[in-house]
Amino acid sequence: MRDIILEAREVTREFYGFTAVRAVNLQVRQGTVHSLIGPNGAGKSTLFNLLTRFLALTSGRILYKGVDIGAWNPASVAQRGLVRSFQISSLFPKLSVHENVRVALQKRRSLAHQFWRHERCLAQLDERADALLEEVGLLSHRGVRAVDLSYGRKRALELATTLALEPEVILLDEPMAGVGHEDIERVAALVRRVAQGRTVLMVEHNLKVVADLSDTITVLARGQVLAEGSYAEVSANPEVRTAYMGSRHE
Amino acid sequence: MTTGIITALGTASSNRWGRATWLGLIALALLLAAPFTGVYTEFVLHALCLALFASAFNLLFGFGGLLSFGHVAFFGSGAYTTAYALKVWGVTPEVGIVLGMLAATALGLVFGALAIRRQGIYFAMITLALAQLLYFLFVQAPFAGAEDGIQDVTRGRLFGLFDLDHPLAIYYVVVAICLGGLAVVQRVVQSPFGHVLEAIRENEARAISLGYRVNSYKLGVFTLSAALAGLAGSAKVLVLQLATLADVSWHLSGEVILMTLIGGVGTLAGPVIGAFVLVGLDTSLAESGIASGMVQGALFIACVLVLRRGIWGFFADRLERARTRH
Repeated sequence: MRDIILEAREVTREFYGFTAVRAVNLQVRQGTVHSLIGPNGAGKSTLFNLLTRFLALTSGRILYKGVDIGAWNPASVAQRGLVRSFQISSLFPKLSVHENVRVALQKRRSLAHQFWRHERCLAQLDERADALLEEVGLLSHRGVRAVDLSYGRKRALELATTLALEPEVILLDEPMAGVGHEDIERVAALVRRVAQGRTVLMVEHNLKVVADLSDTITVLARGQVLAEGSYAEVSANPEVRTAYMGSRHE
Repeated sequence: MTTGIITALGTASSNRWGRATWLGLIALALLLAAPFTGVYTEFVLHALCLALFASAFNLLFGFGGLLSFGHVAFFGSGAYTTAYALKVWGVTPEVGIVLGMLAATALGLVFGALAIRRQGIYFAMITLALAQLLYFLFVQAPFAGAEDGIQDVTRGRLFGLFDLDHPLAIYYVVVAICLGGLAVVQRVVQSPFGHVLEAIRENEARAISLGYRVNSYKLGVFTLSAALAGLAGSAKVLVLQLATLADVSWHLSGEVILMTLIGGVGTLAGPVIGAFVLVGLDTSLAESGIASGMVQGALFIACVLVLRRGIWGFFADRLERARTRH
């Protein structure tokens, strides 16, 4: 049994009377790939937003490395190594690929507040930024504006930016969303690579990818946990089959 | 292949900087030679002060993405503080300017902390409301001289040495102050902080998820912008020797927005060009009987329709295109 790095206890979020997430308990073990699946509207994204503090809790507790982070703001959560990516590919569109990663590095290296220094001092981040781009196979595109990248490459850039924060836990919100058929395997390999030595919690609809990558799967439906376990256990669960109507199996 | 591209990029960008640098040097030479060419120097200095004010506004709006409708509060508080300190306390001009900037900075910190809690139109309205509060304070407060403002301010001797009543002394001192202020704007834009600001403007949610407390950066740029606007107001007092309600009136907030948009928002040269164009228009139309507001309005409409990125933005685009075609 590995240590639990991120835990939700009885987490609930209501929106004006509608309960999007109801008393969810979730335990993510260090060094594993943990997937959240469930039909649309099951509360996966809401849970993500709660875990990364982009949304306030209605009730419940969130523990990260044993510390209650329920009252923290998203920036502090990110600074302490719990970093998320977004459902819609989220980059700085007009900045170059290299600048996108460099901006992420600036915070860690305390080169963010200095308004009196020349940008030349940012050159010290180049080596690390290029190494991260190399890791996701984007070094040859370092001067391209992010907005001009293909979708798969935007994903890769987003991961490189996320890695720049030296995260311990990465929350991936639908890494395969919008990725073309031919790119799925490449992005999956990328996720596998970044998961090494780190913990990954991801929301994903592509069950084949989920089955390939995940150590543990939690199924959400109507804001509640329906089942949890390995892919074999979860897919054998009759309730899960009903919730999915079998239609999403590939 | 890669080295080829990097070399090409290097020469291309140095070419562009070359052009901008040349244009800058020509402008600087004209500026320094102006007192000997028979140009009305007070016009140049007034335009320069407003150029610095517009650049400070542009730092917040063009580079920080925050549209303030009440920036005149900082220009005016700088102006009034400097005028009061020079006239009533009899301090030397450099002390007066520092005091003016400090007042504007402090006010910027307070107004900024209140305004950045909201975004877009609400942000703009809060800044406008706070600036109006200040305006009515200056209308009522005894130290501000109500309708008269603070007039006949003595310029004094800079560092106790240089008599600023000498036309060349005041000219070069104010030119130095304004160029210094513009250099600060440029440095902030090209600093690590400037890069973070750009990222926040591009995608705020992403910047937060990268661990940036965006409000502290917004407050930072707001305060810097306020300090520089205050410096512009203080310099204006040295030039015109008075601080009046016009320096805290919302009209000036509007004009500074016009200057920035006409010149080219988000560019370094744009607000300077815009300020000279508008002050030039005002001055040349003053005796013609044509309402300068009408001309300003027409110019603004023309800019919005034809030159979407302002005068300088338009030429910068042309230069860029000419460069890439080669």
